Amino acid sequence: MPLEAVASVDETGTDKEFLYTLNFGPQHPATHTTLRLILTLDGETIVKAQPDIGFLHSGFEKLGEDLDFNQYVTIVDRMNYISPVANEIAWHHTIEKLMGLEITPRCKYIRTILAELARISDHLLCVGAVALDLGGLTAFLYAFNERERIYDILENASGQRFHPSYTRVGGLLNDVNDLFVNQVRAFVKSFPKAHGDVCRLLNKNKIFIDRTEGVGTLTREEAINRSCTGPVARASGVARDLRKDEPYLAYPELQSSFKIVCSNGGDCLARYLVRMGEMLESANIIAAAIENLPSGPVNIGTDSKVVIPDKSATYRSIEGLIQHFELFMWNRRFETPVNEVYGANETANGELGFYVVSDGSAKAWRARTRPPSFIHFALFPHLIEGHQISDVPAVLGSLNIIAAELDR
Amino acid sequence: MSIEHANAIDAKFGVGSATATEFRDNKRLTVPVEKIYGILAFLQLQRGFDMLCDLAGIDYLGYADATDRYGIVYSLTNTTTGERLFVKTFVNDPDPEVPSVVDLWEGANWMERELYDMFGVKFQGHPDLRRILLPDEFTSHPLRKDYPMRGYGERHNFPTVTRAES
Repeated sequence: MPLEAVASVDETGTDKEFLYTLNFGPQHPATHTTLRLILTLDGETIVKAQPDIGFLHSGFEKLGEDLDFNQYVTIVDRMNYISPVANEIAWHHTIEKLMGLEITPRCKYIRTILAELARISDHLLCVGAVALDLGGLTAFLYAFNERERIYDILENASGQRFHPSYTRVGGLLNDVNDLFVNQVRAFVKSFPKAHGDVCRLLNKNKIFIDRTEGVGTLTREEAINRSCTGPVARASGVARDLRKDEPYLAYPELQSSFKIVCSNGGDCLARYLVRMGEMLESANIIAAAIENLPSGPVNIGTDSKVVIPDKSATYRSIEGLIQHFELFMWNRRFETPVNEVYGANETANGELGFYVVSDGSAKAWRARTRPPSFIHFALFPHLIEGHQISDVPAVLGSLNIIAAELDR
Repeated sequence: MSIEHANAIDAKFGVGSATATEFRDNKRLTVPVEKIYGILAFLQLQRGFDMLCDLAGIDYLGYADATDRYGIVYSLTNTTTGERLFVKTFVNDPDPEVPSVVDLWEGANWMERELYDMFGVKFQGHPDLRRILLPDEFTSHPLRKDYPMRGYGERHNFPTVTRAES
């Protein structure tokens, strides 16, 4: 396989034997994740880049056909492991759409807060890692300090820091406590300061700007034609955000608290600036949501036959016990319409969608994921051609490729 | 809404070219595979669906009331109005083939490669139809329903390349 790049270069002309093939990855500090690039170089200029992916392919979509809707959430967690809770929310959003369930207002708000925290967490990693690769270690440390606080919030809510597996069909694993509210309030209050620190370190940093401005430019037409979504598309001037265009969860009620952040630049700097802007908008959403957090149950009623009853109901009432067994016996579980549905959420990287085909049982017949990282990585050869080899980390970082989601 | 698109397609491609259905908020069209390329080009150029959002493959082997084996769903998006449309077509064994839409949407390139990798559906006219996630030595298409959950042991039979041979 590594010889293929050479062979395909030869087709363009036999006089190009001076070209040099460089193998970048799969284990390279600047790729951050496990992906491989075969770069054809003319001096330090990249003539051709050929991505070779699939090192982390572990059959997630096949597993989705074998696990039920509640079990598969643990696998979905591990797709974009930088913002796992956003994947869970997108997955159960699709399942609830398939089953026609309307979740409770409290659950909507908690999920919205968590989805926005996940977005901040993802953008912080992306921004921090770009800065790190371009030589700015300090911004990375400031970014990671804030990510740690988000992990603390998730740990308190779900019991797990990294892979919370917090959502369930029709609700959440458990309700949040007062500490959660205090933690989120404290985070929203202190986050703009940390955000300002990162801004002051990078926004006018000559090295950072020289290495990102005009690098990897993507025009608006290309962004649409190449299926881009999320910050990558918005940095190229596509004013599309599912939170505004197809509001879900609590976003219809929070429309006034945030704006879509766009740029016309289309380069790595624009993508960085869009991400930085989105974080402040996310903080505004969280601030509005936590102050308007409705009271009431977090799960829909157990009479809907889809919600796992809490342990006290399981152990102390016959209905709870029956319901528990109904949901955990292999031959019972959910009843779903024999149909198929596509549901999508705006996650940090872009539109994370699931196309779920159901045959009426508790398992998906097909659980197709629309992975934003996969679609954005297809852009990479187009963006990098003609640039220097030192621009590879800048472009890779600005696309925020997460290999676990890329390969699934 | 999907009826309007279906009527426009019927007017151009002949009556019965598109069947419109809806479920939740998903508007869907089912079209025959012979006309899929023309209809997708028509939807892109005349009806404003400028983005191919997703390409999903489904194996209907053993699915209740299924008459065709592979379903291919093109999720189209109109980035101006935010409208979505799901165009579905079916192909069958022994030689499942669909025309490639890479010349309409560049974004289809990797999605079609993934679908070929997972289901073995060939895309005619694709510029670079190779496996993408699985290694080239892999012989099966793992998301087909007749492929077992735990595989056929391909991983253990990959050729070992020594440093001297590489």
